[in-house]
Amino acid sequence: MPQLAVDLQSSVEDAAAHLYVWALKDIPQDLRDALAAARDKETSVTGKRVLDTIHRNVNIADSEGNLVCQDTGIAVYHCKVGEHFPLHPARIYEALRAGTARATIEHPLRSNAVHTLTRENTGPNIGYRLPIVHWEFIPDWDGLDVKCVPKGSGSENMSFLKMCVPADGVKGIKQFVLESIVGAGGKPCPPGIVGVGIGGSADYAMHLAKEAIMRPIGTRNHDPLVAQLEDELFELLNETGIGPMGLGGDVTVLQCHIEHADTHMTLNPVAVNYQCWAARRASAHVSATGDIAYERDA
Amino acid sequence: MTKHELTFPITDPAEILKLRAGDEVTVQGHIIGIRDRTQMRIFDEGVAPPMDLSGAFLLHTAPNVRKVDDHYEKICIGTTTSARMVRFTEPLGRQYGVRAICGKGGFPDEAVEPMRQLGMVYFAIVGGAAALETTQIEEIEEVAWEELMPECLWKFRVKDFGPLTVGIDAHGNSLYRDVQTRAKQKLEELYARL
Repeated sequence: MPQLAVDLQSSVEDAAAHLYVWALKDIPQDLRDALAAARDKETSVTGKRVLDTIHRNVNIADSEGNLVCQDTGIAVYHCKVGEHFPLHPARIYEALRAGTARATIEHPLRSNAVHTLTRENTGPNIGYRLPIVHWEFIPDWDGLDVKCVPKGSGSENMSFLKMCVPADGVKGIKQFVLESIVGAGGKPCPPGIVGVGIGGSADYAMHLAKEAIMRPIGTRNHDPLVAQLEDELFELLNETGIGPMGLGGDVTVLQCHIEHADTHMTLNPVAVNYQCWAARRASAHVSATGDIAYERDA
Repeated sequence: MTKHELTFPITDPAEILKLRAGDEVTVQGHIIGIRDRTQMRIFDEGVAPPMDLSGAFLLHTAPNVRKVDDHYEKICIGTTTSARMVRFTEPLGRQYGVRAICGKGGFPDEAVEPMRQLGMVYFAIVGGAAALETTQIEEIEEVAWEELMPECLWKFRVKDFGPLTVGIDAHGNSLYRDVQTRAKQKLEELYARL
């Protein structure tokens, strides 16, 4: 490999190692604001107790420099790769993997990665096809944006897919999201972000649901029709009374984000991916010359 | 809704019977960390746990720790989803005398009756609030089954551990069942509006 590529690969590795730990320790401001608003809104005794405790916890993580949550998750990255970025995605992947492992060993962080059948640990939060990377390719650009989203298992276990039929319509989509979140109850650490993927294919709908949970709270789908559905589902979900940690209350979700794709005329897939209240994410921009700029949402 | 302070392990079952679903509890003394694989070893593989669980408070956890010489230091200790481990509730109470199980997200309804019969409670902790929880764990005093790392048996000494909410009491009440019952009724109403 040319020297520039070697240097770039080590920059991406540095970025990944930093992002993983940063994301785990310091939750984004939009999330802090949403949790504060939830605390103001909640009226149930148990719900207030939960939201007060979350508030204390976030402050202690800040003051002690500790992880917000012990679940260091499964490392998920979203990469936007410029057409002219001088490092091939195959090498970007190697760098993300090396950075994840380095952060896990150096901090140290709990390693969660296991073989899916034997359940034996496969390494420092890496393994076969771990970490998981979502790719996006950007024309006429020479940079790289990396977002790290450590995904906790409590919320990931609350993932649901339904192949609705066209005759189920939008009503079918709404019903499935509602029944999924009620069924999940307190397990995914509510109140969090409900990610919904609609359209595409079965696998792509779930992919989109994961992209939806990666968005900052307050962002809207660019399609006004979909954005309207986000608002409607957000209101409906908060009427279910599941409440903070599923103990009952007014605040069940902080936000509902939807990502969509066009689909086949006979398909109507709906996927739900939940992100817990500790909705951790951190990003970096890596320039073509290897300079790293850390930003919450690059 | 009353506030209580309890010290574990408990010796008097009446301590558990005075708790009611929704009450707030703070815990002192010693608690035992346990998880999926730990309980699979006890019950599926039939290996007796090398720690006394009578009157115990079990915490569903797999901590972040650092090994220094021959002992473990805490880094970040939090709590995992309980529902995956519900099937161990009855044997934990019946065979080993466990009195309290603490986790997040609650137990499904199948735990309610064994907990009533055996005088056990489920404590709801705030999931994800591990930075706070770590400050309330004073020391990791004992670790067994290190080969299951991080799903070992852990003995922690705690101070002012909480606040916990009684999610399921020993009288057949469950906040989770109540919330689900109400939510399912509400869903019917919401579906009619769609």
